[in-house]
Amino acid sequence: MSQTISQKILAKHAGQKKVEVGQLINCKVDLVLGNDITTPPAIKEFEKIGVRKVFDKTKIFLVPDHFTPAKDIKSAEQVKMMREFAKKYGIVNFFEIGCMGIEHALLPEMGAIKAGDLVIGADSHTCTYGALGAFSTGVGSTDMAAAMATGEVWFKVPEQLKFIFKGKLKKWVEAKDLILYTIGQIGVDGARYMSMEFTGPTIAQLSVEGRLTMANMAIEAGGKNGIFEADAKTLAYLKKTKAGKGIVYKSNPDAEYKMVYEWDASKIEPQVSFPHLPSNTKPVSKCKNVKINQSVIGSCTNGRIEDMRVAAKVLKGKKIHKDLRCIILPGTQEISMQMIREGITETLIKSGAVVSTPTCGPCLGGHMGILAEGERSIATTNRNFVGRMGHPKSEVYLSNVAVAAASAIAGHIVSPEDL
Amino acid sequence: MNGRAWKFKDNIDTDLIIPARYLNTSDPKELAAHCMEDADPKWIGKMQTGDFIVGGENFGCGSSREHAPIAIKAAGVSAVIAKSFARIFYRNAINIGLPILESKEAVDEIHQGDQIEVNLAKGEIKNLTTKSIYKAQPFPEFMQKIIKAGGLIKYLKKKR
Repeated sequence: MSQTISQKILAKHAGQKKVEVGQLINCKVDLVLGNDITTPPAIKEFEKIGVRKVFDKTKIFLVPDHFTPAKDIKSAEQVKMMREFAKKYGIVNFFEIGCMGIEHALLPEMGAIKAGDLVIGADSHTCTYGALGAFSTGVGSTDMAAAMATGEVWFKVPEQLKFIFKGKLKKWVEAKDLILYTIGQIGVDGARYMSMEFTGPTIAQLSVEGRLTMANMAIEAGGKNGIFEADAKTLAYLKKTKAGKGIVYKSNPDAEYKMVYEWDASKIEPQVSFPHLPSNTKPVSKCKNVKINQSVIGSCTNGRIEDMRVAAKVLKGKKIHKDLRCIILPGTQEISMQMIREGITETLIKSGAVVSTPTCGPCLGGHMGILAEGERSIATTNRNFVGRMGHPKSEVYLSNVAVAAASAIAGHIVSPEDL
Repeated sequence: MNGRAWKFKDNIDTDLIIPARYLNTSDPKELAAHCMEDADPKWIGKMQTGDFIVGGENFGCGSSREHAPIAIKAAGVSAVIAKSFARIFYRNAINIGLPILESKEAVDEIHQGDQIEVNLAKGEIKNLTTKSIYKAQPFPEFMQKIIKAGGLIKYLKKKR
């Protein structure tokens, strides 16, 4: 019965003892998620099925976060449609402005997810929750609609990849750099359809927040899910968020992996992904004369309190470069409040940055920091595709928080070491 | 199905297929008007109903937005032929009933503007310009049922 964590969770939710790679299975889901872009089409499809109720009023999470606070009339209409749908079907977990957050920052923080859960979300970054030892993956609106009606989803059991990190991280190197490095090594389709399991002594040293950042970007390598074995840190996190422990699965030592990658993390520098693919990575020391117009710090990838602390550490007592905008996007209301308590907000505003309400905003070119033609932004977000943050002829460079903050001071891409 | 081939490179992401700036609606017609805009802004004016998109590896990578296959379908594209598809796009295309075919050989040998004919039931791609025939990767039986029903929702309704 040699199985990986991912396979064990799939098997459990399919009501089977074991699953084989390539097998098509039907799984019960513990949570279904949707946002303001993906839920409206899901609602339209749901209404076509002809069921009178959702499978479980407490297991559907609707988080309008992409174009909120509503940026225009059409966006407001989309949120209105979600709000009315939630009311009509008695869906408890609809998060309005004031209690919302960026979905993948909000759900772990509020204790919605525990180890061993099977989660689907109509948002590709739903893979974030693998950091908590859950099997979690992105789907489209029709799959979301079907799951809201039936509480089930079909899967093809994915092949397994293992990534082992050893060694102590250098100064200013963050979990973000480990995942950017991984994507740089294997490419944007290096894990297509596959599970990515992250392990090793370096991973054990990472905080749960850091692991959430890594799992978040599994999709950027084409992965179906990213996953971490739940350890003492995970359990402490789940206890704090009152999620409940869930079921902790471990991969058997003789479980089968398509590939095992092993890297010395002590040799990894902060990474920067150049346009227009996340796999186009370079160590920050190789970034010469890349002038930038904007620095975006936050998002579902790097908008947690730990990230805000790093930003404040770099920006404290410094000034944002006069030719540049620095936009900070905390992940949730709770993170915003914690920033105020710790004096982070004041530090950031004094430096010349602006601190936003939680929103996906500029990460997907929605609002709150769109780039003009020819402009460049460094960003702690997850994608640097053509036109991702605005004009099709603008550019996005992905990095960790410390590099994005240091670059905001320098006006060009730079390591905090070289400020 | 019969139409011309429009070739696109590897890793065509969902932002190229339908940029997020247009995602404040899910109306298929509005989405279709901006289909492939950031890959080739003139494409939507040049293509005709029935034409094919021929992509490389990892077609549809990135976001989970179903708006991407919806935009392609509503633009009047018969089918997308690619070397490989990104996972969520693959699911979404099957779920909404946009035909997709995987064939490395066909993609390598089809040129821009070639006249293509596809027989979905047989999984056959014919290049009428070069008179070549290719077999696409067959779908598992379960997915064929969804495809035959016309998408996941119709399949579920049938099952109920």
